Parts: sequence; structure tokens; C-alpha cells
Amino acid sequence: MIDPREKIIKERFRNIKRIVSVAAGKGGVGKTLIATSLALALSRRKYKVGLFDLDFYGPSCHVVLGVKDIFPKEEKGIIPPTVYDISLMSIIFFAKEEPLPLRGKEVSDAIIELMAITRWGSLDFLIIDLPPGIGEETLEVIRFLRDSEFLLITTPSKLSLEVVQRLIKLLKSTNVNILGLIENMAMNNYMGVSKKLANKNGIQFLGSIRFDKEIEPAIGNPEKLVSTQFFTELEKIVERIFLTNQSH
Amino acid sequence: MHEWALAEAVLTTVLDIAAKENAEKVLEINIVMGELQQIDMETFKFALENLVKGTIAENARIVFETEKAVLKCNVCGYEWSFGEIIEKLDEEAREAIHFIPEVFHAYIACPVCGSRDFDVVRGRGVYIKSIKVLGGGK
Repeated sequence: MIDPREKIIKERFRNIKRIVSVAAGKGGVGKTLIATSLALALSRRKYKVGLFDLDFYGPSCHVVLGVKDIFPKEEKGIIPPTVYDISLMSIIFFAKEEPLPLRGKEVSDAIIELMAITRWGSLDFLIIDLPPGIGEETLEVIRFLRDSEFLLITTPSKLSLEVVQRLIKLLKSTNVNILGLIENMAMNNYMGVSKKLANKNGIQFLGSIRFDKEIEPAIGNPEKLVSTQFFTELEKIVERIFLTNQSH
Repeated sequence: MHEWALAEAVLTTVLDIAAKENAEKVLEINIVMGELQQIDMETFKFALENLVKGTIAENARIVFETEKAVLKCNVCGYEWSFGEIIEKLDEEAREAIHFIPEVFHAYIACPVCGSRDFDVVRGRGVYIKSIKVLGGGK
């Protein structure tokens, strides 16, 4: 038996200039908020941007964007709906509000299916929001999207720092491109810990985003989100890593 | 119309295999259609027949085989068929499963113990069983 879906995946991503996977060792470090805000920041600069929520157990990019009741269009595959000029693909369109308990092989199958049937069209950037850890979602991105660049997120907590190192080791062993490490929820009395970890592991430290008490009311409200301290600090990092010396 | 995407995937794979075998022509394509994905056969056939035009698979005989979907609960071991429960699903759920069969877990539970933890034993989606080619051979 031959699975026909795998061969078409390359074709589906052919016209995407840069794929950026946002990943972390631990949950709760701000991957989704950073991935979605990154998509917003690039889209506001008139880039064509896609956002692929690959967190099947806790899809939430749509929550950050505050969207509901949208569905992809069917046209020789599925075409992601556009919200705030971002093409969004998420399992939420299919699973709705229900829990989706999947075992390993099924996670892979669902990812392969989504990759095989989604028609992204031409994009400057595709941002992928990965769930925490080094499970199927991360492995399938490494397997099928070899050009993906990884943007790693940590908090200054020992718990996050300890685990993100395993992810760095895995990514380095597979020779994928690691853009670097962003420290989220930075706190004054722990300055420098994430930078030290990045240096120790031979990856670039991209900057810190301070803990922002005003972020919670901005979730679900992109107009408000873009005016937060969090977003402004992320934008500075975005400017530096994506918008200067655009090599692609 | 999502059938087009899958038909395109089938053809891309067939042509890839044929190229690796240095085949001159593809004579036959045997495709298994898993019941769970609820593929519209007419649309799929139409798409594939259109897509093969101008390729070395243009005149290939396309043979379809349908595979009934069987599910098995990981908690109590009960096995049941998709056919038994399909009528209980609303249109929205059926459409979601058509796109991504794994979302079945969002809409269905084991009829005996109520668990959503079950495996699809067979009949998930579209597979290529075999192809016959003319010429080639490394």
C-alpha cells in the first residue's frame, strides 16, 4: 500500500518563500501568542502571510485573532480563510469545540492530510505554531518541510530553559535552520539567563520580551494586541531577523 | 472538490514511481478507497481522468476497490463498523471527517464504553495498492 499524499506535499508548499516554525520545549511560554503576533506584524508590513496552527490538542491561534464561524473554501483542495489578511489553517475548522484525542500515528496522518490538501498559494511567510516538545508535529515539519526555519521560545524559568535545550539538540542533529531563541516573559531579576543558554548551545539569542500585564485583555482583539508593549517588543525582534537583509 | 487534491496526489505518486522504474507507460492503477473518508467516486474519477491527460498514465486502466471502515476501541476492545454509525452523524461532522478522517474522534465515541480512544483498523482513506507499467525495470 502506498500513501499518495506524501508526494504532493512539496508541491503544496512550493510557492512559499519562508517557512518559520515557532517551537518550544515547554507549554505556556507564549508560542501561540508569538506565532500569531509574528504573522500579524508581517502582514501589517504588507507581506503575504499564512498561519498554520499545528497544535491539535490545544489549537488557539484563532483565539488570539478572535475569529469564529469561518471555514476553508473548497477548490481542488481546501483554501485557508483569510483573517486580518492572514491565511489561517487550523484543525479547529474540522474539530470545532470538541476535544480531539489522537494517538501518535493519527497525529501524523492528520498533519499529512492537512499538508496534502491545503492550497496556500503564494506566500512570503508561512508561520507554523507548533505544540510544545518533540512529538509528531515537530517531527513531521522536520520530515516534510526541510526548508522550515525554527524560532525557539523560552521563558527565564529553569523549567523552560532545561527543556528547550533538548529541542535545540534535536534540531541541531537534524541539520535544520535554527533562527534563534526569543526570551518571553522576561523578568528583571533573571536577566541574561536565556542569552547564556543560547550562547552555551551555539544558537543566536534574538532578544527579550518583557512580561506584559496588559496582554490578557488583548487576546482575541488584534487591534488592541498590536498596541501592547509585548507586540512592540516583538516587532523590534521581527524587524531585526526578518526585515533586514531579506535573503529570500 | 477536495477529491481533486487527492486525485492529484495519486497521480503525482504514480508518475514518481513510474519515473523511478524508467517506465514508458502506466498500464493500470489500483486504488483503495477507505470508506471513512467518504470520497465522492464520480468526482474523484473525473478529476483523475482529467489529470492523467498528457502524461504517461493517460490510457491507464484505473481500478477502484472500496474498503469498509472498521474501528476498534482501545479501552474495551469493541469493534464496530463506520457503516453502523454514519447515519447518526450530522452533515457538519461527516464533512469534517471527509476532509480529515482523524477528527472522527471529535464526534464519535465507542458504542459500548463511550471512550473516544479508538483506532481505525482499516478503511481510513485513499491508498495506491499497485500499479502496472510498460517497459522500465532497472
